[in-house]
Amino acid sequence: MARYDSLLDACGGTPLVGLPRLSPTVPEGAPPVRLWAKLEDRNPTGSIKDRAALFMVRAAEEAGRLRPGDTILEPTSGNTGISLAMVAKLRGYRLVCVMPENVSTERVQLLRMYGAEIIFSPAAGGSNQAVATAKQIAAEHPDWVMLYQYGNEANARAHYETTGPELLHDLPTITHFVAGLGTTGTLMGTGRYLREKVEGIQVVAAEPRYGELVYGLRNIDEGYVPELYDASVLSRRFSVGTRDAVLRTRQLVEVEGIFAGFSTGAILHAALAVAHEAVREGRRADVAFVVADGGWKYLSTGAYGGTLADAEEALEGQLWA
Amino acid sequence: MAIEVRIPTILRSYTGGAKVVEGTGDTLSDLLTDLDSRHGGLKARLVTDAGSLHRFVNVYVNDEDVRFLGALDAKLNDGDSVTILPAVAGGAFGFAAAAAIAQQKVASAAPGRASTAR
Repeated sequence: MARYDSLLDACGGTPLVGLPRLSPTVPEGAPPVRLWAKLEDRNPTGSIKDRAALFMVRAAEEAGRLRPGDTILEPTSGNTGISLAMVAKLRGYRLVCVMPENVSTERVQLLRMYGAEIIFSPAAGGSNQAVATAKQIAAEHPDWVMLYQYGNEANARAHYETTGPELLHDLPTITHFVAGLGTTGTLMGTGRYLREKVEGIQVVAAEPRYGELVYGLRNIDEGYVPELYDASVLSRRFSVGTRDAVLRTRQLVEVEGIFAGFSTGAILHAALAVAHEAVREGRRADVAFVVADGGWKYLSTGAYGGTLADAEEALEGQLWA
Repeated sequence: MAIEVRIPTILRSYTGGAKVVEGTGDTLSDLLTDLDSRHGGLKARLVTDAGSLHRFVNVYVNDEDVRFLGALDAKLNDGDSVTILPAVAGGAFGFAAAAAIAQQKVASAAPGRASTAR
């Protein structure tokens, strides 16, 4: 289908494309091992987060938590903010994003363009300062609505009802699903759906392993696991470092012509790991992975050119996924 | 050849500031016991009194989460690389702020259940 009543109706239904050049070669007579990319950058604002944003806003409307003219408050420096800004604009809400001062200029410009207001928390204070700022704002505006993507069931449901069925429809022979682990919504929703429908499906998580600056002095006793996370949905979970993520991101555009952000590189790294395992074990595999967004928003990092060591240094201290 | 273990910043007080230490063991549990003999107190920060991995600690063997490989019983081989990290998700800023606000204001109204750590 190529005609929609509005931009919101054009959310989802993204293409699944084969990667014949990146898929591993198998020995003569061995069963095929194929990689497939789900192009989530083809959503209205260019990322997979459009699905969750739309479902979370709709759910809040249906529950009577959001009424026309209301203000949505969301602490985000990433794609969720951009998706929410678009949905809020089209559905008649005001969006306020709280984010640290040191996020990329593209993100700030995009959010403002879509009509979001931004409150910066001082970068110097680190995450403790950011938490304090966000708490203060929430306390000053008790009427603002927070959708809270980390614990909002509509986030995972978006993928249970759309991403999962789309994948199964386009690739009935799917054996592995690989996606990034952040709020965990994509993996929980899609993973649950595929587990119900596909015998033996492997649900594989790729989580970014940032530079040390990001983890900083975070206390082991003060960690955080999103409320949506249910480990029993996953089969395996890979931690992918900055260098591997950059390497795969570059490989994806060089070999298959897909220009993606660095979180996709991390996902591809895990997808290749399970694909090569299948080859070694002589098993058939159809590995579908998520291209979470395009690379446009990350060009200013400079990490698409130069040596891998340069790229790793450029991304040190940044939340690249 | 031994097993290389990467220590997060917050736990380097136990390793004299070392980022990487070496140890031996057939399982993760054995490895942590071995490390604890030279870096006293480290194991207690990673393993609960009940004998399981602390909820907010992630341990990876060759980049794969040990919780899916048998947790403390995960098998290790010489030359493996073990990485210990605090559990974070979805961007260090977003999750911390979201959890904090949720704890404060969403406790009753929102779909999400509030909980930062502890």
